[in-house]
Amino acid sequence: MTVVPGRSSPGGVTAPRGAPPPRGDVDDARRRRLLAYALLLPGALWLLVFFVAPTVTLVSTSLWDPSGSILYGYELTYHWLNYLDGVRDYGPQLWRSVGYAGTATLACVLLGYPLAYAIAFKAGGWKNVMLVLVIAPFFTSFLVRTLAWQMLLGDNGWAASVLRSLHLLGADGHLLATPFAVVTGLTYNFLPFMVLPLYASLEKMDPRLIEAGGDLYASPFTTFRKVTLPLSLPGLVAGTLLTFIPAAGDYINAELLGTPRTRMIGNEIQDLFSAGAYPEAAALSVTLMVVIVTLVAIYVRRTGTEDLV
Amino acid sequence: MAESDLVFKSVTKRFGSFVAVDGLNLTVPGGSFFALLGPSGCGKTTTLRMVAGLEEPTEGSIYLGDADITRLRPYRRPVNTVFQSYALFPHLSVFENVAFGLRRRGVADVDRQVRDMLALVELEPLGARRPGQLSGGQQQRVALARALINRPQVLLLDEPLGALDLKLRRQMQIELKRIQTDVGITFVHVTHDQEEAMTMADTIAVMNGGVIEQLGSPHELYEHPRTTFVSNFLGRANLVAARVVERDGGSIVVDVHGARLRAPASRAPSDPQELWVGVRPEKVFLGAADAEPGSAGDAANVLPGGVITDVSFSGVSTQYLARMPWGQELTVFAQNTGARPSFQTGDRVVLRWGEDHTFLLDAAQDASAGADPKGGV
Repeated sequence: MTVVPGRSSPGGVTAPRGAPPPRGDVDDARRRRLLAYALLLPGALWLLVFFVAPTVTLVSTSLWDPSGSILYGYELTYHWLNYLDGVRDYGPQLWRSVGYAGTATLACVLLGYPLAYAIAFKAGGWKNVMLVLVIAPFFTSFLVRTLAWQMLLGDNGWAASVLRSLHLLGADGHLLATPFAVVTGLTYNFLPFMVLPLYASLEKMDPRLIEAGGDLYASPFTTFRKVTLPLSLPGLVAGTLLTFIPAAGDYINAELLGTPRTRMIGNEIQDLFSAGAYPEAAALSVTLMVVIVTLVAIYVRRTGTEDLV
Repeated sequence: MAESDLVFKSVTKRFGSFVAVDGLNLTVPGGSFFALLGPSGCGKTTTLRMVAGLEEPTEGSIYLGDADITRLRPYRRPVNTVFQSYALFPHLSVFENVAFGLRRRGVADVDRQVRDMLALVELEPLGARRPGQLSGGQQQRVALARALINRPQVLLLDEPLGALDLKLRRQMQIELKRIQTDVGITFVHVTHDQEEAMTMADTIAVMNGGVIEQLGSPHELYEHPRTTFVSNFLGRANLVAARVVERDGGSIVVDVHGARLRAPASRAPSDPQELWVGVRPEKVFLGAADAEPGSAGDAANVLPGGVITDVSFSGVSTQYLARMPWGQELTVFAQNTGARPSFQTGDRVVLRWGEDHTFLLDAAQDASAGADPKGGV
């Protein structure tokens, strides 16, 4: 989940440093190389069975003839129109997903950056306690926590009452069942995935660099912009990816906190699968994947993090 | 008060109940190479950080010329720092590291100035590299260039050579001194390395326990230490307990276990009768106990009855330990010029040195203050 600072060499196991090369060098090198492959094997098998195979199945499903059914079976007819149909029928949900996920990611940055910064530089002895508190929500189920937000944002909840008494919310206004509720839920659920990588990259930064910025005529704000922010960029990119990608495909928050008008693409895909409309559901899934991969590729390239990590 | 003098007026800094700097009064003359020398925890780095604006004095004021900079934010001070760990920006090239201060101040012709500065520290070809791709010595020079390019009124150096190996450190000491002479900026250099301070600085302030023990030129501090701490921290010193016998014009005559020694009265503390008599190990000539006094015959001070207990040869010189009749071991450095006899363990010797090389310290002080725990007195 957090950024791993350095990878070990592909050689995996090596002789203790400084030891003279053992006899039978050639044999040893070969054994070491084989061992490296042997260590790769379980992971590779896992990926093959649970990632490559399902992806192939998903793509082939997306090209089935949509007129098939579970009873009479499906036929692989390279029916590319499944994709057009998906985008035509569910375009708004697709863009809404990107919009909600983007908004939630932005909110996570605005909430998570100051938090990660405070934990890394200002928490002192409270550092570990605060980190545990960031992770603490994971001890409760995702579903239960999202249901709790129904209570918090409900018409009779304290949040709505307070806003209503302050006239910030109209007498017939709601918090629950609005885009706001869905984005709030997404933000809440994915915030730790933003905070932890940000913390990891801020924590390893030398605080003397901030002093050096001040020493070299940069105001605190300029020092942040020119020194702290660029140095935490790998964490920021990792955090936004870990937040945006799952948020874009999420359907629980829209299901529990939203209305039919705030449905996200995840909800539609789930419904289509339940209804047996496998080809269109698969086509939508692949479309979502392509959209996300494209956005992420552009994003990573724009932030120039290949250079930093 | 000169235009660019750095002045501390009764500056005290406390961290909780710990007093890091205690009522410091100090004037660093503009354009000088000034060293703050002391063991770790003596308050020298805190003093430096208060000048940089990274710590705020608990009491007192700091002036730069006529301006009170005590509470000025760091980025508004005409002061730059070379950090101990260099603190180079790892995400910026060498060029951009050096240009950082100029860009923040919106200076014109950044390119030319940075190139000139990189030339000064002989790093011109490495401008495009990242700090991580440089050696320790090169990083050190980038840190220096990054601070120096801003033409600060005061350049602060916090143990800048601490991370370098011995050979490189020697080379950088000479180079730093050259650069300081070239640019004429006030350098305030913090170090615990007495040799480094003496090599580079015009003036050294020896700090201990948050106060300045003694201030002066390296020569003055070494030849005329006023405290046992200074005598032991700068180089080595033989300190022997003595009683004042008489004051004879310009000299004071003291008694050391039966031997009469003379020292210039100008270097003696005024009243006490109990004193430490001090002499630097390289000022002492060894002679065989039974031989006539030879080339060192003019030496006024003679301590007979020594027995060599240890001989260690280090190339340019040999260090002898001589056990005196009262049990104390004194250190003698002899240059290996070949002109003087050498001695073996067990040889009986006489120690001789000139009156001018003798200093007197108040015996109320601890004779081992500031001594290197590894070496004998």
